[in-house]
Amino acid sequence: MDNSLYNYILGISDNTLILGQRLSELCGHGPNLETDIACTNIALDLLGQTRSYYQYVAKLSEGQSTEDDIAFLRTEREYKNILLVEQPNTNFGYVIIRQFFYDVFHLLLLRELQNSKDETLAAIAKKGIKEVSYHQRFSSDWVKRLGDGTKTSHNKIQEAVDDLWKFTDELFYLTEDDKSAVISGIGVDVSLLKSSYYQIVEEVLQEATLTIPELKWFRKGGKEGIHSEHMGYLLSDLQYMQRTYPNMKW
Amino acid sequence: MKIELEQHIAPQLISVLEKIHDPEIPVLSIMDMGVVRFAQIVDGIVQVKITPTYSGCPAMDVVGDDIVKEFKKQDIEANVSLVLSPAWTTDWITPKGRKALEAYGIAAPLEEILDKEALLENKKIVKCPQCTSTNTKMISQFGSTACKALFKCENCLEPFDYFKCLK
Repeated sequence: MDNSLYNYILGISDNTLILGQRLSELCGHGPNLETDIACTNIALDLLGQTRSYYQYVAKLSEGQSTEDDIAFLRTEREYKNILLVEQPNTNFGYVIIRQFFYDVFHLLLLRELQNSKDETLAAIAKKGIKEVSYHQRFSSDWVKRLGDGTKTSHNKIQEAVDDLWKFTDELFYLTEDDKSAVISGIGVDVSLLKSSYYQIVEEVLQEATLTIPELKWFRKGGKEGIHSEHMGYLLSDLQYMQRTYPNMKW
Repeated sequence: MKIELEQHIAPQLISVLEKIHDPEIPVLSIMDMGVVRFAQIVDGIVQVKITPTYSGCPAMDVVGDDIVKEFKKQDIEANVSLVLSPAWTTDWITPKGRKALEAYGIAAPLEEILDKEALLENKKIVKCPQCTSTNTKMISQFGSTACKALFKCENCLEPFDYFKCLK
């Protein structure tokens, strides 16, 4: 088995799993019916994409793991998602900013990944682009509505921008496995997406009358398996059924 | 994962496949949805390839099971696999399927440009499937399933789902 490719794919798909899990927490708890449905629909898209990646990874493992093991039975350090996506649903402003920060990156990533030399990854990316464009439209709209809304909504979402900004730089970090995937023409060199990313993000924030933080200090670690405190709580929820009733199936 | 550019469906299998419906939209057969991309008999076993409308579409597992069951009724073994490429588009919904959607109360997808005008610029062009008025308004970008948006008719006041254009 090609461990490096295995890890490269988990680096992409753990983000969609964990963000999907965070959004699923809003099922029945969204601020209103429309946003509740929207967040859970986005979660469904993300979890669907995750399944496509995990099924492929399971195939690569030649019977050593299954889709479910990969999703539910790894330890915290084995998850390779970035810190941004595991941050909690502090309030709707945080939900939207976390989503927006990830959607912009996600779309740029998939647009490159559709040219991957790996046929399966290219197919998953092509399919995902259609979905993620719609996600980005939704989150960008809400950034503008909240930012350019009332004083309260403006302040709350500005706080989320200020707080989550420090997690954006990790999007462009390459692990050793990412680097080998780039060299073999399978992976995307995410460091090259950085300038387009900040350009799009800043345009939307400006339109939303929000201030772009002048932060020079960024946090990273998730891609190497070093997560924030929130991750353990998230995993205990995510893994509960498989840990309590091992090998259970629908 | 092989890329199937066209549907390759053996004519004798069509009548069975037409009996299987989307569990979320029971009026629509999987043939009308355009999700069956390949169906052939290989060494006595029916091989079927289906493609999801959306990546997370929970209907896919059910559709796969239903295909196997339907063929089993005729003592035929069937094997179903999922293909992602080329990605499904609403263009693959057949004209019969579009009519069935409308009759069921779901507005069929508009062309891409019109779809954007309806969803992003709130243009009143989506026809209410109940009273055919275009005096309609989007309530929510996302509807009861990922493939639909929620609309309201301001003429007959009925809410309805609009099947979003996906290309």
